[in-house]
Amino acid sequence: MSQEVENIQPSYPLFRNDEYKESLKNKREAYEERHPQEQIDEVFQWTTTKEYQELNFNREALTVNPAKACQPLGAVLCALGFEKTMPYVHGSQGCVAYFRTYFNRHFKEPVACVSDSMTEDAAVFGGQKNMMAGLENAKALYKPDIIAVSTTCMAEVIGDDLNAFINNTKKAGHIEQDFPTPYAHTPSFVGSHTTGWDNMFEGMIRYFTLNHMDDKKVGSNGKINLVPGFETYLGNYRVMHRMMKEMGVDYTLMSDPSEVLDTPADGTFRLYAGGTTQAELKDSPNAIDTLLLQPWQLEKTKKFVQSIWHQPATAINIPMGLEWTDEFLMKISELTGKPIPASLELERGRLVDMMTDSHTWLHGKKFSLYGDADFVMGMTKFLLEMGAEPTDVLCNHANKRWKKAMDKMCKDSPYGQKTEVHTGKDLWHFRSLIFTNKPDFMIGNSYGKFIQRDTFYKGEEFEVPLIRIGFPIFDRHHLHRMTTLGYEGAIYMLTTLVNAVLEQLDKETKGMGTTDYNYDLIR
Amino acid sequence: MALRQCAIYGKGGIGKSTTTQNLVSALAELGNNVMIVGCDPKADSTRLILHAKAQTTIMSLAAEAGSVEDLELEDVLKAGYRGIKCVESGGPEPGVGCAGRGVITAINFLEEEGAYDDELDFVFYDVLGDVVCGGFAMPIRENKAQEIYIVCSGEMMAMYAANNIAKGIVKYANSGSVRLAGLICNSRETAREDELISALAAKIGTTMIHFVPRDNVVQRAEIRRMTVIEYEPEAKQAEEYRQLATKIRDNKNFVIPTPITMDELEELMMEFGIIDDVDESIIGVSAAAAEAVA
Repeated sequence: MSQEVENIQPSYPLFRNDEYKESLKNKREAYEERHPQEQIDEVFQWTTTKEYQELNFNREALTVNPAKACQPLGAVLCALGFEKTMPYVHGSQGCVAYFRTYFNRHFKEPVACVSDSMTEDAAVFGGQKNMMAGLENAKALYKPDIIAVSTTCMAEVIGDDLNAFINNTKKAGHIEQDFPTPYAHTPSFVGSHTTGWDNMFEGMIRYFTLNHMDDKKVGSNGKINLVPGFETYLGNYRVMHRMMKEMGVDYTLMSDPSEVLDTPADGTFRLYAGGTTQAELKDSPNAIDTLLLQPWQLEKTKKFVQSIWHQPATAINIPMGLEWTDEFLMKISELTGKPIPASLELERGRLVDMMTDSHTWLHGKKFSLYGDADFVMGMTKFLLEMGAEPTDVLCNHANKRWKKAMDKMCKDSPYGQKTEVHTGKDLWHFRSLIFTNKPDFMIGNSYGKFIQRDTFYKGEEFEVPLIRIGFPIFDRHHLHRMTTLGYEGAIYMLTTLVNAVLEQLDKETKGMGTTDYNYDLIR
Repeated sequence: MALRQCAIYGKGGIGKSTTTQNLVSALAELGNNVMIVGCDPKADSTRLILHAKAQTTIMSLAAEAGSVEDLELEDVLKAGYRGIKCVESGGPEPGVGCAGRGVITAINFLEEEGAYDDELDFVFYDVLGDVVCGGFAMPIRENKAQEIYIVCSGEMMAMYAANNIAKGIVKYANSGSVRLAGLICNSRETAREDELISALAAKIGTTMIHFVPRDNVVQRAEIRRMTVIEYEPEAKQAEEYRQLATKIRDNKNFVIPTPITMDELEELMMEFGIIDDVDESIIGVSAAAAEAVA
């Protein structure tokens, strides 16, 4: 049973030793009251049938693995994208521990975020005292320039009024009157993490611009504002900077956590790094226009940009894949008068070359995917561009208009004729679809690995491999540093997809003397 | 005219809903566009305007549809007497869930769906008895109701409640622009009621905006699910509600209240003979015990 210092083994393969096998078997027999394996297998097989799928889709009162997270998680990510900004969550401490670990596991970075730790007494008397002590302490300890306040469900259920509480905190002298404290109510019984991002962002621009509109003039600073939305691919922030610089376009990337979520190990801990500045925020109503890179999740922001800033918030699609990146760059060019430079044309040409090199492998391959509304739409669009066939496409939190737009996009393509789009459904629904419609691959976050395991259990020929593109990705390293937007993003996605196909083909054809006639050196 | 948003608070059973609906009918008669937002799970704030038992509420429709986002404004907004717009937030049955959250959800929904359009002159929030949690203070958050009217009578507990509500308003008034706009005395025919409420109003820094006398026509109209203004426009009581409406329309006296202590309140009531001087020797002594001593 004991480990040797020179040969410490992790749980796998340690638990495969005979003594552990024996011990676990005894435990199972003596204490677990486990059903017989045949019965477990029978139920398992039943859950993979069409009959079970119908029951599953009639499920009313239960969500199993929702494929979305809660509002304040989004609010925290949004806040992290501003210079020297401390995300502050008014509510219970456990929620904030969850946001921090969730981001830790995805970004492999420490994530700064504070809570005002509401407990039983605050639930009864309201959280104003927590707010007063919390804001004072957070400012004194972490010396931020901005504290961005969001809420957990607890504070929302008892109806805490952030505006009143923050004003009272300032009046009572706990923090200075002019200390920036943008805020957003982020109840998680509404929407998802993308709603929370939108709410917090609107809170930011509301705080810094609403009462300072008199001297603002649309277009006077000649810039383009880019709003990323809930974006976890750090490369997507970087590619936006690069493309705008190559175009010579003056721009503001509004909320950019790509520095603070990717700090170097050089001996200096950085509580804050990079981020959109206050000066940029205050100047943003002077821009030519504000483009929402993930328009389906930025409804509230769009409303504010149009009604308060009087900018058109020109409609775009997420700049993912070839055509929508083209559209995006042409729109930027049209708005700013700057031509698209040769460097981007070259990059585009390389992507097109890659697409022609690989399309034979992707053509007709079936992919099922899940995730946030804009990502899923962009990914579907790119699959269609490659001649791949999206089988089931699922987004829990998207609305009816999104589904309509998705359905239309698929119907307009010869490769989307059989695509089914699902909203309000979870990953347990998705599991049923994977068994019954059996795509060649799944695309999504790490949670899909359990569906892959289940399909493998049914039999090797039923296994549907997971391609990890999305959020969160906990079980692979550094993928969050990649890019999914722009031509660069399409290049990464194409590389990932086609190599997954080839990897799978090698796996299937490596049978010595049986399938290895197609186990080719050259693909 | 800019939209004026008013919230009506007061002790449970004091007649807030009846007074509000009659007042709103009178305002509509004066040519104003008005909306009533019922903020009480009982959902009885609009029945006299709609001639209905109880309006289908935002929360019940949301529960049916699965979520509030699935609702459309026309599902929940009904027009009644003289085009008065009616909405009920609704909420759970007694003993379960959270009614306060229902109020927050409902008002957020109305704002997001654009219920507060430019045509409106007045919005009235009819709020449940006491401000018991943050949810019931929703109508007086920033950018919502800025005028608060408290309905009360000359009864001790009604005055106690009015003073308590004034305490709640102070908290919000200090951080925002919500103000106390006056007391509405809904008469219970107690002694020197009008003087008493005027005196109370003066002590907490406001005025008794109108004294609404007791009249059985209110009940007769209510049985028919109508306001007095509609049921019997010629009635003397209808005229009282019209006066109340005119005074509220012309009201400019918005203050941060100065609520008084329990001792001051008791003193005031003693002054008016509502209660006797507090005789510490009788406190906690039952009638039987008192007789035995005698």
